[in-house]
Amino acid sequence: MTIALFVGFAALLVVTSLMVILHRNPVTSALFLVLAFCSLAGIYLLLHAEFLGMVQIVVYAGAIMVLFLFVIMYLNLQHDVESGVQIALRRGIGWLAGAGLLLAGATLLGRGLALGPAAEVSPDQASGNVAAIGKALYSRYLFPFELTSVLLLVAMVGVIVIARGRARSPREDA
Amino acid sequence: MIPLNWLVALSAIVFTIGVVGVLVRRNALVIFMSVELMLNAANLAFVAFANHMKSLDGQIFVFFVMTVAAAEVAIGLAIIVHLFRLRETVFVDEIHLLKG
Repeated sequence: MTIALFVGFAALLVVTSLMVILHRNPVTSALFLVLAFCSLAGIYLLLHAEFLGMVQIVVYAGAIMVLFLFVIMYLNLQHDVESGVQIALRRGIGWLAGAGLLLAGATLLGRGLALGPAAEVSPDQASGNVAAIGKALYSRYLFPFELTSVLLLVAMVGVIVIARGRARSPREDA
Repeated sequence: MIPLNWLVALSAIVFTIGVVGVLVRRNALVIFMSVELMLNAANLAFVAFANHMKSLDGQIFVFFVMTVAAAEVAIGLAIIVHLFRLRETVFVDEIHLLKG
């Protein structure tokens, strides 16, 4: 059952990811990306990462993609015009590079994986892992967690400064 | 129990799709979405190994990656909006001011 669900989610993930990069309309690409994130959340749930599955839906499929769609519609983009010799050439090189990368990955995977020692205490799988993640975040990873809030604050200030522009600052009006 | 090799292979495939998207598309927004695909492929590898080793550390790292991704998307989209106001285009091959 788990394997069948995984194969279904994986197929959905690969197909929607391909549609993201193949479709001409940016809005359709963004909607396919939402579907890709949702199938990835399903895979997280199958891997007993319940907290990350929920965060994936809320943060990625919710917040980040809403931002993407808002910007696409704000800019009022039409279908991408992609024709001409130069673009076709670059497209060929891109697909070739992708095939090479996939081949390299398959070669590395064929050589097998060397895993380090597993953790002594296995997290409690029966009731989900939200409590365990919360305990780890607020004890062992407290400093990085607090740094994250500084990062988000810096990002917020940066976005406001960039998006406001410098055309109409109050000092220049005076 | 899902085989670890399948998960790593799926992660590699999604990462490659993201790389190809960055290389072949010229719309800055779609390139940005492809970067998100690559980040998510890396996250999938983290979760797969964390599940295999029965460790929570990989999942916590994914949490931090998601935070950085959220900040990155907000700033990147602000830059794209600003670029569109200045140049009236989001196609990266039409933005070649540094090329001389």
